[in-house]
Amino acid sequence: MNESDERPISRRYFFEAVGCGAVVVSMAGGGVWGWQFLSPNVLFEPSSSFRAGRPEDYPLGAVTFNPQQRVFIVREKEGYFYALSAVCSHLGCIANWRQEEGIIACPCHGSKFARTGEVLTGPAPRPLQRLLIALNEGGELVVDKGTAVGEEQILKV
Amino acid sequence: MRLLEHIANSRAWRSVFRTGIPESNLERSEVIMNGLFLHVHPVKVRERSLRFSTTFYLGGISFGLFLILIVTGILLMLYYRPSVPQAYHDMKDLQFVVSPGRFLRNMHRWAAHGMVAVVFLHLLRVFYAGAYKPPREFNWVVGVLLFILTLLLSFTGYLLPWDQLSIWAVTIGTNMARATPLIGEKLRFVLLGGNVVGGNALLRFYVLHCVVLPLFLTLGVGIHFWRIRKDGGLK
Repeated sequence: MNESDERPISRRYFFEAVGCGAVVVSMAGGGVWGWQFLSPNVLFEPSSSFRAGRPEDYPLGAVTFNPQQRVFIVREKEGYFYALSAVCSHLGCIANWRQEEGIIACPCHGSKFARTGEVLTGPAPRPLQRLLIALNEGGELVVDKGTAVGEEQILKV
Repeated sequence: MRLLEHIANSRAWRSVFRTGIPESNLERSEVIMNGLFLHVHPVKVRERSLRFSTTFYLGGISFGLFLILIVTGILLMLYYRPSVPQAYHDMKDLQFVVSPGRFLRNMHRWAAHGMVAVVFLHLLRVFYAGAYKPPREFNWVVGVLLFILTLLLSFTGYLLPWDQLSIWAVTIGTNMARATPLIGEKLRFVLLGGNVVGGNALLRFYVLHCVVLPLFLTLGVGIHFWRIRKDGGLK
């Protein structure tokens, strides 16, 4: 036996440590695999971008709701477009455009938004999401619901 | 009575229930101790703790509702397919075509609402009676976990009819899960098996509702009852 204060590692301790280490490693591996298994790699969800017709289909100054896609397309003035997600920034209900009041209102918890997406009242913590809107080669509007953009991004046609 | 006595003393009966008809306190306690199910129960129960005003029978009623939910739930599973094209129509079929499907579905629904309410009242009763104090602290913790499991069962069951109400309720509920710090976004994705409340979400909620959560609830109820005995009976 050596003379130093350090206790030598006994055979039993060594195998205990190896065994416990193996259990920990395999449990961590199982955890990672489990998480990966629960996160699908391929989704069969509808495409996030859609064609929204020609710019001239939208009246000047109108907020147009696309109920299938849950998107507002706003033509603020001549050649000035932006797209707003109708999904409320509070808990994900679909907000409605109220023509007579000129606001966007969520039926679930009473949030209200301006036509720019700004929060006017209610529990909503953030403005409505601005979505990427562009023209394709055929001169049609294309909105991508998967891409959020800043307020400065305006489609000028 | 003679016939019942005869059966209770027969060899076959006695091979299953060793004690027979108990006549002394010792034999009465043996009935409790010799059975798998009853041995979870306290051997001795004080008369005072059996009075309605002591417990309002809230724990027992919760358990009764849970049994109703298991039986009606299993029966509903025979006609319900958890996939997007079928789920809603299967639910409607249960109401209008299957006899007595409407009765079973309503029973499942009302028992579920009742269980949430009664378990809550049970916790309230235990709290105001101070029945969470030592030596019952651990059983209080088990009870709170059982309450959470009850709420999760209620929430996962809400999606299964696959109507507008359920889809939006679960959209809102999983958006609340999104507010979890750091892992919120991932958590919602894994919970729904995607970004929207769709087919994957329906299947996941079905598996949670019919297998995973009832399994944990049953295990928890077993521990909960056994601890009543180990902690010295009702209070």
